[in-house]
Parts: sequence; structure tokens; C-alpha cells
Amino acid sequence: MCSECGCGHTKKILEVSSKILEENDLQAEKNREHFSRHHILAVNLMSSPGAGKTTLLEKTADLLRGEFRIGVVEGDLETSRDTDRLRARGVPVVQITTGQACHLDAFMVHEGIHSLPLEDLDIVFIENVGNLVCPASYDVGAHLNVVLLSVTEGDDKPEKYPIIFRSADLMLITKTDLLPYVDFSIERAVKLAKTVNPSIDVILVSSKTEEGMEEWLNYIKKRLGA
Amino acid sequence: MHEFSIVQNLLDLIERYARKNRAERVTEIVVSVGVLSGVEPHLLKVAFDTFKEGTVAESAELVIEIEKLDLRCRDCGKVSGLEEPRFVCPFCGSLNTEASGGDGLILKRLEMECHEGSAEGKN
Ligand SMILES: Nc1nc2c(ncn2[C@@H]2O[C@H](COP(=O)(O)OP(=O)(O)OP(=O)(O)O)[C@@H](O)[C@H]2O)c(=O)[nH]1
Ligand SMILES: [Mg+2]
Ligand SMILES: [Zn+2]
Repeated sequence: MCSECGCGHTKKILEVSSKILEENDLQAEKNREHFSRHHILAVNLMSSPGAGKTTLLEKTADLLRGEFRIGVVEGDLETSRDTDRLRARGVPVVQITTGQACHLDAFMVHEGIHSLPLEDLDIVFIENVGNLVCPASYDVGAHLNVVLLSVTEGDDKPEKYPIIFRSADLMLITKTDLLPYVDFSIERAVKLAKTVNPSIDVILVSSKTEEGMEEWLNYIKKRLGA
Repeated sequence: MHEFSIVQNLLDLIERYARKNRAERVTEIVVSVGVLSGVEPHLLKVAFDTFKEGTVAESAELVIEIEKLDLRCRDCGKVSGLEEPRFVCPFCGSLNTEASGGDGLILKRLEMECHEGSAEGKN
């Protein structure tokens, strides 16, 4: 009997230790296995809005054409603009339509996977929602997590948003063609990124001048086992 | 604001434990939030209080414990437990530090009221 009010209830304290995002993590693991079974490299692209994810994918699609077949899971939830841009390049794209979500999770990506012609693909890029906070907490089941930081955003971002930089294998510093016009110290950005994540790799790219594109493509190809 | 979706996952977990234990009400839950989990404790609380309505945890209080981040300074050798995601050594200001821990997001404990006789392993 409840000792406080004599109501006939018993109080019970349950010690558990359950990861709140466990379901997502399990699904993410399944996604990764799913991609691997199809010998596909899955790459998750994260950044603030407008850092250049879609432009990078357009360039990447052009430069890999004839060599590797890519598909895209598009997390632009508001419009189909990014999807249209990539389809115009002949890239198979599946757009996630989950309304106003601020991030992609493993379940959304799983749905996307089933609408892509996986047998025909070598690489699947996941363009996450433009946001430096929320996507960091969700494993979507990619093999490679990439965070883009454009030089117009400021070199202090790794310190301000450490969690997303910690979750990434690679930091792409983008729009390097604009370096002459902004006060962005590559050295400082890299130092801060390495502080929050000592094992993070760094590549500088410009989708406009194609500077660094070869290094980026080689980075991916190396992980394809190609 | 991914705290809203995190609270949905949390409530699903709570419902599951409550059902398994035939609880009538959950009165308190304790969650450990790592400094590097990407979850803002205040927002988590707001989201929890918004979404608990109509669930078994309707009258539950959410207690948040902060899991600190351990920062080891390679310059001065000191170790600090930090309650915010910072990577600068608080002793000497060095950036030459190594962080560990603080990335958990864990439901640790539930306190619930079960009907006498219906609870598993009644006491
Ligand atoms: N100068 C320059 N501009 C770029 C570069 N890459 C992208 N941009 C421009 O930056 C703007 C945003 O690029 P997007 O590729 O749409 O960025 P995004 O990250 O996909 O944006 P969201 O999907 O809205 O988050 C566009 O106007 C691009 O033309 C670059 O390397 N150099
Ligand atoms: Mg885009
Ligand atoms: Zn120090």
C-alpha cells in the first residue's frame, strides 16, 4: 500500500539505462549494412544553410560521370529546388518529405534508400537539412560524415558548434574562391576543428573554381576501395 | 529544435517501461544529458512538459542530470569536468586539450505508481 496516502498503490523505482536514441542508432546500423551489402559508400553532408552542399554535389556528379554512379537522398524539406537541380544532372534523387524537421534521422533515410536504384549505384550522398545543431545528434547510417564550413560563415564555427564538428570524419572548407574577400583564417578554423575533434580530416574546396575538387574526389574514391 | 523529436523517443521508452510494469502513473523520470550530446537541457524540459500531456507521464517530473565532459590539458596536465561544451583549458587557457565523455543521452530511472497486486514482483 502506498505509504503516503494509503491509496492501495505501490511505488516502484526502476533503474534502467536506456539510450534515448537507441532505436535511431539501431536503424542507422541497419542502413549502413544495407548500403554495404550493395557495395555502396554512403556519405552524409551536413552544414549550415547555404554552405554549398548542393553545388558541391552538382560538381561532384559532373566530375564522376562515367566513372562512378551516384545517387542522392535530399533533405531539402521545404522545396524541391535542390532535387530539381540534381535531377537536371541526371542524378537519381529521392527527396525526403517530412515537413519541417530540422534534421534527418535514420528512419527517414531508410525510407529514402528504398526509392533509389541501389543496384545501379556506387555512392549515395545524403544532403542533410541545413543546420549546424540538430543533425549532429542523429546517426543516419552513413559510412562517412562530412561537415561543410564555407569561408563566409567565419572561422569560429567549430568552437561555436563543436558537436557537429566532433561527429564528422571530414571538414570541407568551401567557397575558398571567396577567401580574398573575407576575414577567414584557415589556420584558425583548422586549429579549432582539431581541438574539438583531433582526428578530423580537412580539405579546402571551391565548387566554382574546382580548386580542391580532385582531393575531395580522391578522398571518396579511397573509401570506395577503388 | 530536435529536442521535440527526442522527447517523442523518450516518451515511447517511458510508455514501454510503464506498460511492462503495469504502472498507472509515472511520477518522476531521471535523464542524463551529456554536455556533448547536442541536447539543450532547458529545451528538453520545455519539450517534455509540452508533450507529456495525455501520456502515462502526464504528472511526471523530469529530473535532468548533466554528464560532464572531461577535459585533459596537454600543456598544464590538469583535468577539468566541464558543464558546457568548451575545449579551452580553464586553468591555463590552452587549446591543446583532449576531451572525453559527455556524449550520452540516457534514461536512467523511472519512479512509478503501480496498482497493488498487478505490479510485477509486487512488494
Ligand atoms: N563563390 C562561390 N559560391 C558558391 C560556392 N558553392 C556554392 N556557392 C553559392 O552558395 C549559395 C548556396 O549554395 P548551395 O549549394 O545551394 O548551398 P546548400 O548548402 O545546398 O544550401 P541549403 O540546401 O539551402 O542548406 C549558392 O548561391 C551557390 O551558388 C563556391 O564554391 N564558391
Ligand atoms: Mg542544398
Ligand atoms: Zn591547461
